[in-house]
Amino acid sequence: MNESVRLDGVSKHFGDIVAVKHLDLAVAEGEFFSLLGPSGCGKTTTLRMIAGFEFPTSGSLTIHGVEMALQPPNKRPVNTVFQSYALFPHMNVAENVGFGLLMQKVESSEISTRVKRALDMVQLTHRAEARPKQLSGGQRQRVALARALVNEPEVLLLDEPLGALDLKLRQSMQVELKELQERVGITFIYVTHDQEEALTMSDRIGVMNEGLLLQVGKPEEIYEHPTSRFVADFIGEINLLPATVVDHQSVELQGGHVVRAATGAQPGEAVTVAIRPERLTLFELDQIIPEGANTVRGRVIRRTYHGDVFYYDIETAAGVLEVKEENRPGVELYDVGEEAVAAWSPRATTVVED
Amino acid sequence: MATDVRTVEVATPEFEIAAERAAARRGLLIALPSWLYLTLFFAVPLVIVFVYSFATRSSTGRTRLEDWNLESYRRLFDPLVGEIALRSLTLAFLTTLICLVVSYPFAYYIATRRPAIRNVLLVMVMIPFWSNFLVRTYAWRVLLGTDGPLSQLSQALGGDPIRVLFTNTAVLIGLVYGYLPFMVLPLYAALERMDWSLVEAARDLYADGLTAFRKVTWPLSRPGVIAGSILVFIPALGAYVTPQILGGARTTLLGDYIVSQFLAARNQPFGSALSFGVMAVMLAATIVYFRSGAKNL
Repeated sequence: MNESVRLDGVSKHFGDIVAVKHLDLAVAEGEFFSLLGPSGCGKTTTLRMIAGFEFPTSGSLTIHGVEMALQPPNKRPVNTVFQSYALFPHMNVAENVGFGLLMQKVESSEISTRVKRALDMVQLTHRAEARPKQLSGGQRQRVALARALVNEPEVLLLDEPLGALDLKLRQSMQVELKELQERVGITFIYVTHDQEEALTMSDRIGVMNEGLLLQVGKPEEIYEHPTSRFVADFIGEINLLPATVVDHQSVELQGGHVVRAATGAQPGEAVTVAIRPERLTLFELDQIIPEGANTVRGRVIRRTYHGDVFYYDIETAAGVLEVKEENRPGVELYDVGEEAVAAWSPRATTVVED
Repeated sequence: MATDVRTVEVATPEFEIAAERAAARRGLLIALPSWLYLTLFFAVPLVIVFVYSFATRSSTGRTRLEDWNLESYRRLFDPLVGEIALRSLTLAFLTTLICLVVSYPFAYYIATRRPAIRNVLLVMVMIPFWSNFLVRTYAWRVLLGTDGPLSQLSQALGGDPIRVLFTNTAVLIGLVYGYLPFMVLPLYAALERMDWSLVEAARDLYADGLTAFRKVTWPLSRPGVIAGSILVFIPALGAYVTPQILGGARTTLLGDYIVSQFLAARNQPFGSALSFGVMAVMLAATIVYFRSGAKNL
């Protein structure tokens, strides 16, 4: 794995505020890496430090092995797609796309060929003469992409590039972006607060909160095996139940119920058990439950219809559990007030320390 | 088929026309005070001056409206008028240029501060307006005088006394001082609206700081530059008070020349024609300037 961008102990302070705390991160060449977190978590500041718009207060930042922490943006082999696109309003589409090449003093004949190729790539050749304000949101987004990619950067930085688009367009752009990234083979560092976007597009995700990089991993690792309560809660829907560690194989829920769950925590320690709603299945009281499953008995207190799924709130001694059941023939429906058993596999039980 | 059909009130074309008329009437009512004021104190005097510009001065200095002619306008092409106009234009141009060069960095500085500091700085720009313009211009007489503080400082440092008072240099200093806020404020307004991510985008696309300014900040702040330049150039071209107080007796400018036609020479037709000539030049310059700026936005 060739390293593309590497941050070692990077911190950024704005006055008394610490935006990024001692961040270590290595992004591989050709990787689609997402920085995910709520607003104000430091993800954008991290991206801006890689771009060169902010300089780290401390730490080292290398791009392809070259120290870049204090280099201005124009001296870095990276380009940015801005959240607001930041297209130059006084230039047309072709001039916008050609700007970086012009600044690098590329010959004008080569500029026009490369601009044309870049516009072909994003299917906007026919709008080359248009001003940015004459374009739709999706078209602006593609111009912003072309303007960055035409320079063939080693790393492309994207700051919530789909945030301003409506849902349908956003979904199709997600696919388009991912395909584009695979085709050009450039490292993408993608900042988003949208977990679905991060899960579907990324090779790896880094989850940030309050200036800290909490967990880095493949989408399925982040989703299935969160290492902290924050990550578990932030990504997807999840049931969080307070518990006490019994041994390395089991924990005790509130109400004295012991369930099986692997944990590295010490016996007696207070932890949180995290279970995804779709990993829970409801059974009738007299039904046979698969061997080895964790179970907890409760009563349905709410059922909501979502079209493709039903959500149940089950009141148990361990707390209220949310259960997601598919809406298809053969799946038993439970009414409010009915007693049921919620069951799940020990492997779907994640123990996170508080 | 539903049998329970109810009649629905539909806005008829007549109703819509009536509503539009009512809205127009309301608009007129709101604008009425300003309409009246402008008609009475701006349009009417302007028409009077326009009519006078075609009249004849009698041998006793009275204005005779009987025989209309273009004599006054013909006189505008006198070499003397050309000389005065050129001097005024040069002075107004230099005033505008110096104001722009001084104001731009300052406006840029204000626009890039935190909002709280911005407001303090803006108030500081406006503080001079709290005292009378005439008084402030007289103050420059003291400052620039041969035994004034500047001159004393120069002498204390072993130099010569400064002799700028009653020259065009003094007028220029006075004009720049007087009109500076009119340049700072529109520039600030333009820069404050700037989307700074555009500058970041330019830096990201390999432009150094200066190039990013030249290619992005400057063109996008052009509306402010144009507005400020017009606000400074036009009053500077017709300036009267500042040249009277700080200028010399021998260098006539357009402002004093027009006043002297009305008061000293008692030639109202020529004074009127001069006024319209200056106004025509200003209007033409404004239109050309606006066009040049609008093209790129």
